[in-house]
Amino acid sequence: MDQALTSSSAEAANYFFGGFFIATVAPSTWAAIGCGLSIALSVVGSAWGIWVTASSLMGAAVGEPRIRSKNIISIIFCEAVAIYGIILAIILKGRMEGPPNIRDPAGDYMAGYLMFASGITVGFCNVFSGVSVGIAGSGCALADAQNPVLFVKMLIIEIFAGALGLYGVIVGILMSSSVTLGAKVH
Amino acid sequence: MGFFSTRKHGNDGYLEGLLRGFRKGILTAADYANLRQCDNLEDMKLHLSQTDYGDFLAGEPSPLHTTTIAEKATQKLVNEFMHIRNQAVEPLATFMDYICYGYMIDNVVLLITGTLHERDVSELVDKCHPLGMFKSMATLSVVHNVADLYNMVLIDTPLAPYVQECLSEDDLDEMNIEIIRNTLYKAYLEDFYHYVNELGGQTSLIMNDILKFEADRRSINITINSFGSTELTKDDREKLYPAIGLLYPEGTAKLSKAEDVDTVRSILEVYSSYKSFFSEGGVSAETSLEDSFFKHEVQLNRMAFEDQFGYGVFYAYVKLREQEIRNIVWIAECISQNMKQKIDQFIPIF
Repeated sequence: MDQALTSSSAEAANYFFGGFFIATVAPSTWAAIGCGLSIALSVVGSAWGIWVTASSLMGAAVGEPRIRSKNIISIIFCEAVAIYGIILAIILKGRMEGPPNIRDPAGDYMAGYLMFASGITVGFCNVFSGVSVGIAGSGCALADAQNPVLFVKMLIIEIFAGALGLYGVIVGILMSSSVTLGAKVH
Repeated sequence: MGFFSTRKHGNDGYLEGLLRGFRKGILTAADYANLRQCDNLEDMKLHLSQTDYGDFLAGEPSPLHTTTIAEKATQKLVNEFMHIRNQAVEPLATFMDYICYGYMIDNVVLLITGTLHERDVSELVDKCHPLGMFKSMATLSVVHNVADLYNMVLIDTPLAPYVQECLSEDDLDEMNIEIIRNTLYKAYLEDFYHYVNELGGQTSLIMNDILKFEADRRSINITINSFGSTELTKDDREKLYPAIGLLYPEGTAKLSKAEDVDTVRSILEVYSSYKSFFSEGGVSAETSLEDSFFKHEVQLNRMAFEDQFGYGVFYAYVKLREQEIRNIVWIAECISQNMKQKIDQFIPIF
């Protein structure tokens, strides 16, 4: 009895910590999670950025109303971060063809993992890009209120912060471009 | 800047933006240049109306007094402060309350001193700083010893925890009141210091410098003011020094043994930021030391505006506006008393 218990618990440990359980999850599950995370995390980053920017913008616009329409650009930059997430989510969805490919299961696994990884890459890149655009944007609103000359300079910094998210999208597309999940149904 | 400090910023960002809008109204060098050209106070009123102060003197009877200008300008600062305070959420709300506690201490001391000289309380309440008002102020007139002061007045105010250390003083006389003021202020500064460090992040970064300097300034002032008075022993003096600041503990230990101003100067010699204070204008000129303190304070408070995502700006704004009001009053005094050669002795802010 004891013997059996030890051996089964060792097996269980191996199952989890050895990573074998990963193989028991269907590739389509990984692909779907990746697709979802790419858009969900991007929205987190975008919303966080807008939150930080908008609260500063509102306050600064009380004293200096002329900044209010100009600084919508900062909000749009944050919004763009969410659009990157949507783009990748759509691309990933396009690569999910149909039912499991029985002739080439290894290809299916490859596709599932890569889609998951590209979703995570894009998601996290966009969280940090969004926060960084947001902080720069809030500085932009405050700086513009004090001295209008600073607006364009701050905007350039925001563009650099927004480019970080674009890097993630490029890598995400490259990762998932070579694979297709499932067999084509005609 | 902590990544997560942006989370708090969602709550306070609006108020920070609002405050920076107010900050834009702080008088610039050009405004001061205009004010200095004025020939009388009516001129000043005209020039001030073109700044952020607007028509704050509207409806005042024609021979203007400098006290009216100071009063109205302070009222404007208080209005702005309360505007922000009323919209603040925790922890900014507590932080802004802490700013008020310092004024409360001054008001308590003012009222007790006035009562000792048998002045009318309602008249004294008018003279109190509006930022430090609290409900039980009127009852201060019946207070005769520290236990009464605590039990009848301060127990309902946020100052209550600070009183503990001076409860041993029995009677209220001139000497004890100064000791009470300094003991309260010491407890307040230490409490505030701990609070800003609890908040952490940019708030503690900026506020540490400001509060440390405030503590050091008080230590130095206590030392210098106690020269010549025999009533305050050196041990008692040491008890009044705040336990924070650049001077604590080594500098304050030395200060507690100082006998004259020269010793104080040699003690401060080793602190690079305080070294210059005594060099300007000689030791005997008390005003010059005070001016160097104000200059340094303005410098520290200006630094708060170089920074975002912290509460330092809220404190700094109040202090900078106060300095500005002192400047305006100084210029107004110089104009009304025809002392134009001294008019440049104000401390420019931005």
